[in-house]
Parts: sequence; structure tokens; C-alpha cells
Amino acid sequence: MPQLLLELFSEEIPARMQAQAAKDLERMAREHLAAAGFLPEALTTFAGPRRLTLVAEGLPLAQADRKEELKGPRVGAPPQAMEGFLRKAGLTQDQLVERDGVYMAFIEKKGRPTAEIIAEMVEAIVRGFPWPKSMIWGYKKLRWVRPLKRILCVLDREVVPFSIEGIESGDVTEGHRFMGEAKPFVAKDFDEYAAGLEKHFVVLDVEERKQRILEGCKTLCFARHLELVEDQGLLDEVAGLAEWPTPVLGDMDPVFLSLPPEVIRTSMRTHQKYFAVRKAGEEGLAPHFITIANIQAADGGAVIAAGNAKVLSSRLSDARFFWDEDVKVGFEPWLKKLDGVTFHAKLGTMAQRVERIVALAAEIAPLVGADVQKTKEAARLAKADLASQMVGEFPELQGIMGGYYARTFGLDGEIADAVRDHYKPQGPSDAVPPAPVSIAVALADKLDTLVGFFAIDEKPTGSKDPYALRRAALGVIRIILENGLRVSLAKFGKEDLIAFFADRLKVTLRDQGKRHDLVDAVFALGDDDLARIVARVEALDGFLKTDDGKNLLAGYKRASNILKAEEKKGPLPTGAPAEPTADSAAEVGLYNALRMLDKPLKEALAKEDFTGAMTQLAELRGPVDAYLDGVFVNEPEHRDNRLRTLAAVRDAMGQVADFGLIAG
Amino acid sequence: MSREKPKSFQSLILTLHDYWSRQGCIILQPHDVEVGAGTLHPATVLRALGPKPWNAAYVQPSRRPGDGRYGENPNRLQHYYQYQVILKPNPENMQDLYLGSLEAIGLDLRTHDIRFVEDDWENPTVGAWGLGWEVWCDGMEVSQYTYFQQVGGLDVSPVAGELTYGLERLAMYVFGVDNVYDLPFNDPDSALGATTYGDVFLENERQQSEANFHGYDVAVLKQQFEQMEEQVPLMLARSYQGKSLVLPAYDMVLKASHLFNLMNARGAIAVAERASYIGRIRDLCKLCASAWVEQQEAA
Repeated sequence: MPQLLLELFSEEIPARMQAQAAKDLERMAREHLAAAGFLPEALTTFAGPRRLTLVAEGLPLAQADRKEELKGPRVGAPPQAMEGFLRKAGLTQDQLVERDGVYMAFIEKKGRPTAEIIAEMVEAIVRGFPWPKSMIWGYKKLRWVRPLKRILCVLDREVVPFSIEGIESGDVTEGHRFMGEAKPFVAKDFDEYAAGLEKHFVVLDVEERKQRILEGCKTLCFARHLELVEDQGLLDEVAGLAEWPTPVLGDMDPVFLSLPPEVIRTSMRTHQKYFAVRKAGEEGLAPHFITIANIQAADGGAVIAAGNAKVLSSRLSDARFFWDEDVKVGFEPWLKKLDGVTFHAKLGTMAQRVERIVALAAEIAPLVGADVQKTKEAARLAKADLASQMVGEFPELQGIMGGYYARTFGLDGEIADAVRDHYKPQGPSDAVPPAPVSIAVALADKLDTLVGFFAIDEKPTGSKDPYALRRAALGVIRIILENGLRVSLAKFGKEDLIAFFADRLKVTLRDQGKRHDLVDAVFALGDDDLARIVARVEALDGFLKTDDGKNLLAGYKRASNILKAEEKKGPLPTGAPAEPTADSAAEVGLYNALRMLDKPLKEALAKEDFTGAMTQLAELRGPVDAYLDGVFVNEPEHRDNRLRTLAAVRDAMGQVADFGLIAG
Repeated sequence: MSREKPKSFQSLILTLHDYWSRQGCIILQPHDVEVGAGTLHPATVLRALGPKPWNAAYVQPSRRPGDGRYGENPNRLQHYYQYQVILKPNPENMQDLYLGSLEAIGLDLRTHDIRFVEDDWENPTVGAWGLGWEVWCDGMEVSQYTYFQQVGGLDVSPVAGELTYGLERLAMYVFGVDNVYDLPFNDPDSALGATTYGDVFLENERQQSEANFHGYDVAVLKQQFEQMEEQVPLMLARSYQGKSLVLPAYDMVLKASHLFNLMNARGAIAVAERASYIGRIRDLCKLCASAWVEQQEAA
């Protein structure tokens, strides 16, 4: 079956957009092909610095022919109706067939050649491609991420002819910009294309480019007894920056190793996109770097290594200068500077924010066992490094630099750690701060952000969360849970913020495989102590996996349905159930079970022994089942007491969770 | 002129002039008003607007008062040179032309690692932005390459391609010099004697740095800024032969912009005020841009 090969060849595509572009190309092609009735046997896309490529296997050369039946006007309908129908169908009246008093048209639709459909598909994809940012160039109105130069489009080894704003389709592409012949070549199918690219120094598949980079790095390291400091994000990026990625090892002046390793790595990574290396089996960095060049240079990369080393050296000299200047200044002048820095137009200056964080941290300190004075001092200093030159140059080192400077100035270790760690956790893979002072400041930092932005109604909506409030809330949740802290959130925020926490907690628990209806059932109790909520959810989850749990839940639902139905007739009777007067074992059984349950259940809950509470509830299962199966509630002389009994079941269970919100 | 590999700062400039002249560009001279970047020359900002083709190359002295280091930093200057090329509409082979210019100044593209790294340029004071790259040579940014999309807040059509080379930095790299003041300004073997970049500019950096950081009177700067701001619309309201005086008005915008940079270097602009000053300059620039486009389309 024929193969389609499409390549959209352009000037350099930003590395960060390539992976998504490959996915978008695949999705759009699938949709277009499916709409035309095609289901390719295989469809693969590739993205690299200068090209998006698609190969689809197993397409027919034409669509299948189709027959269409059109229902026309009834026999004897007014002539205007007939005229309209004939115009629409493009037929004359003698071509219609009468069936059951209705004129019918049978139209045979020839399947269209696949090439025509592909031509339309490519134009639609090119014109509608969802680049995050696109541009026009020259006199063209077409938009693409950077100027689009060529379109290679062959179906079954034949060019699919079309032209998009003067760009003609063809069977020609180009290899590497500098290496090899650097001349266009012809490719009529994927095998020729892949072979041609390889010959012309282009690695098409991003995974192969990554592999090539990693292997190259490891070979370089091995020869010098070094180890690569692996960095997935950087690998993803550099794999999008070179068609023939070639690692080159360069030397760094060892004098710079006295700078904090984070500074060196950030300078290497963000400015220069270099990998760092360390001595095999040792901590810290070695005075070398690896850059990923786009060419295999004639001189083995000596010029490239020397040039890059010079650039890095000048970057690190700048960093050294910032460090030297910063340690001459210090925290107090930086704090003064924060007076002039707006945090948010409606939330005041950074200095005001610091004051709020200090107050909040002081309040939190006793709850987490932190020294109040140290906490206040750490909170006061936490944001000072924002005014330092180093953080001005490397914003991602906020906190980290503050920590280093605090130690350099001889401040208390707990304070220095808290300054360093108060932004943590910065993402799902980042650890939460473990030390009490750090915890207090980290919580205060995040709570101030959340409370502030909620107060000015800048809550996240849909995919928009410009102030990263979801991350802040998740940070609070993780710090509390992972450190086993007992904090009542209501102290720090209003209802909308508590609901936001509930929502984020649900996401967290769902990610851990917990059912979100269980979280709802527990949240409905109005508790705002996260640790207790999670303990309840866990106990409930365990309970509902048991037979007793499942049956009791079913019993609860039956009981509460009865209560709901009866409630519609009038207010339910209130008060505790009296001892049953009817001679019914089921009634007596449940009555006694409820009476015996009351005390141990309350005790278990008071001890926050939720598994114990569930075990107590399990005692209700048998009596509830027997009751619901054997007792008729609506006997006039017993109705009120029986409704009170059911309400007592609901209320007893309601102390543990709102079972009404649990699915099943 | 000879096409040998350049040996000095000035021959680097002459090589680029020669190269772009051979591509058909007009070779212009610097604009005679202080600007912060080569883009601000009317040959770029204004000529990028309107329907008429325009291809030019020039050197533009650029002033960034806040970057002064009293001549003590090996690569930071408050006065330096940018080489600017504007090609409108951008030719199909603009990347190849650009790479040709690197070869012309002696960079072997099979030995050096040249990369186009995403960098979307914008200049909020003139309401301009575009998509393009930083061009890296062995990890060093040697040029900014931009396809303008908007200038003066107006969409461009056709699109102009802009190339900016930081001349000192490029020269330091090509000649293997670590300190800008050691750059050979003329041929080191010149019969009339060798002159370095420092011989020409070190004293200027010292005096101008002192003036930028401590010398200028903030009250005077502020007053001059406000006067320029007032004058721009008045100048635009005047006309000669039916055309509003957009070129002198644009010069006044440039002066206002430089005055702002001086105030900023003096530390006289609070963080909160910065955005509003930039907005004021941009508004003036937009007035000029609109008036200019009207004249271009009418002609």
C-alpha cells in the first residue's frame, strides 16, 4: 500500500516548541485523513531544528466510490419544491426515480484521488498549525513559526502537486547546513529520505539525537575519569538545537570552583546550555563542561572548545564580580531596596510583603515547634537576596543565594537554611523543607501569596494561573502532610481559600489513587485539618474495600432514601429513638447496636483513631441489614420511632464521613 | 578593497561594509542623535514601516549610560558600536547572506559552531517586536537576527529582516582579545603606528561614566525630557509641502529616550515609574510611526 511522506522545512524552529509540534502534526493529519475515510496503517511524525516530518503507511490511491440516496419532494408537490431539489442535486427530473410516492435521486460519488485530499490536508495543516507564536515574512500573509522554505510531499513516490503562497510542493529537501555537501537532494519515499538525511549529517529522530548526545558525553567523560551531571530538561533542549549533535568537552578555570556550585551550574545551563561534569564518584563539580555543537569540526572541536571556554570564563567572571559586590553590601541595604519594589499593584511593595510574612511566620512558629525569634529573623531576611546582583542576574537562584550570603555573613545556621529553603517545594519532584524554622517561613511565604491574591480576586481560572497559586497551595499541603503538622487552615484564609485547598488536596489524593468522592465525603464534615482529613480518607478507603463497608454503605443509602422520601411528607420527628415497643428482633437488635456504638465511636474519634471508628461502625452492618429487610417503617403507631432509628444510623455514620457523597 | 581576513576593529567594519555593499545594500553613516541601539536609527525604525523596499547597512554608536564601568570592565561599555543591516522585504536567502558575512570576517563555518537559538526581540520604548534568534558562535552571541512584526505599534508589511552585530564583542572574539581596550583599532603593523581601542575610547569611558552616574543634573534632565515630550506633537502638527514634520519629531523622541536613559543611570527613576516613562516614549514614537506610514502610503 502506498506511503505518504511530508516534510515542512523551515528556518530554525525554537527547541521548546518541537515536541508539541510533532504531536500536533500527527493529530491534525489523523483527523484530516479520518475525515476523508482513510485509516493509515501507521503514522509517525518527527520534529527537529529545521523540519517537521510525517510518514503515513498504507494509504489507498483513491477514496472508495460511494452511493448517496437523496430524498426529494413528494409526487404532486408544488413545482418550486421540485426546482429547488433539482438545483441542489444538480440533476434533471428524468434522472429521478419514484418510490412510495416520493421522488428519489441516486447519486454515485466517485472516490477522489488521495493526492487531491493530501494537497488540501497539507494546506489546511500549514494554515491552521497551532504554533504558540508565529510570524509573517517577506510579502507573504502565511504564518509559520519561522520562514517556511520547502514542502516535500510524495505519495507512492510521486510528488503531490500543490502550492501554498508560492511555496511549491516537491520531492527535494536539504541536509545539514554546514556539513557534507550542503546541497539539496531528492527523496521519493521515507527510505530514501532517511538514508539521504543520514548521509547529509542530519539525525531525524529526537530520541536518537538524545541518545547520540548522552553516549557522546559518556565517552568524553570516561576518557577523563569524569561523570556527566545528568539534566533531562537540558538534554531535551539541546536535542532541539542541533541536527548533528556533537558533544565537545571544554575546560573551565578551576579558580571558579570557589563559587557556589548552583551558580556555576546555572551559568552553564541557562546562559550557555552546557552540561556540568564531576570527578567520577565524587561530589561537587569538576573544572570542565560539555557543550553540544551542531557540527563535527574538522579540527576535532578544539576551536569550539576554546571559544566556549572563553565565553564561560567571562560569564563566571561576571558571577564572581556579583558575588564580591554582594558580600560588600549585605542584607540590610537590600531590605531597604525592597521598599521600592512593587510586589503587585494591589498588594503593595516587597517590603510590605516581608512584613506580612514575618507576622504570619511568627504565628505559625509555635504550631510547628520553631523558635519564634529565629523564625521572625529568617522571615525578615528571606526575600532580601532579590535585591542582590547575583539574583538580579540569575533569578532562579533566589533563596539559594540568600542562604549562601547568610552563612557568609555568619548568621545562625537554622536561619540561613530557612532563607535558602523557604521557596520549597518548587515542584512535584522538589523536597519539602524539613526544619521547623524553614517550615514556618515556607508556609508563611505561600500563605501570604494565597491570601493576598484571593483577597484581590486574582484566583486561578481554567488553565490560567499567572501567580502559580495552585503550586503554592500544593506546597502548603505537602509541607503539612509530609511533616505531619497539625494546623487548622481556617486560621489563615476565608472559605474560598479553604475550598481551594480542598480542591488541591483532592487532586493530590487522586494522584495517589484515592477516590475523590471519599475526599468530598470527609470534607463535608467541615474539618480543615489536612492531616486529619487524610487520615479519615485513608481509613474510609480501607473500610469501603471490606464487605462490611460495602454493605453498610448500601444500608446507609437505603436508610437515607427512606428518610428523604418521608421528609417530603413533612418534617421528620426529632430526638433519639426510644426502646422499641413492637416485638421485633430486628428492631431491638439495631436499637441495642446503636446504643452500644455511641461511646466507643466517640472515643475512637476523639483519639483520631479512624480505623477504630470504622471497626465500630462495622458492628452496625448486620443489625442495619436485618432492620431494613425485616421492618416496615410506615406502620402508623411505630413510624416516628422507626424514622428516629434510621436518623440515628445516619447521624452515627455521619460523625465519620458524609456517606451520602460516596459513589456506589 | 582587499578581501583579506580583517586584522583590526576598523577593518572588521570595512569588511562588513564591503560585504553588504556587494549584496546591494546602501551603506549609510550613523544617525547624529544619541541612541541606545542601532535599531533606533530612522533608517531602521521608520524605514521598516510602509510598503517601500529598503536595504541598508550602517554602523551606529550606541549609548547605554547605565552600562558605564569607568573603563574598568573588560567588556562593558556605556558607548559602543553596533553594526546594523536592514533588508526589506527580507530576502528568501537572508540566513545564507548573514552566514556569508561571518565567512567574510574570517569565521570558518566548518570549524566554528554556529547556532540559531530562539530569541524574540522586543523594544518597548519604540513599540517594536519581532521573531528570530540570537546567533551563537562557539557559545557566544555574535548577532541578533529578527524578522520585524510590529514597529511603533503598527503591523509591518512587507516584513523587514534586521541583523545587529555587537562589533566590539565580535572583534574580541575574532581577534582573540580578552579586554576590549586592547583591541587593535587600526592595523597593528601600520606604518603610522598602532592604535588600540583604549587609546581612542578609554578616557571617554571614564569621563562619561562619571557624568552618567553623578554629573548630570536630574532636575535639568527631567525638564528637558518634559520639553521634548511637549514638542513632539507640536512638531508633528507643523507641515512642509503638505507633509507633517515627522523626521524632526522622531529625532525629538530619540532625545527624550536618551534623557530617560540618563535619568535612569542617575538612579532618578523609581521602579514603579519606569514603565510609565517607557509608555510615554512609546506613545510619542507611535505618533511618529503613524504619521510616517501615512506619508509613505500617500507617496
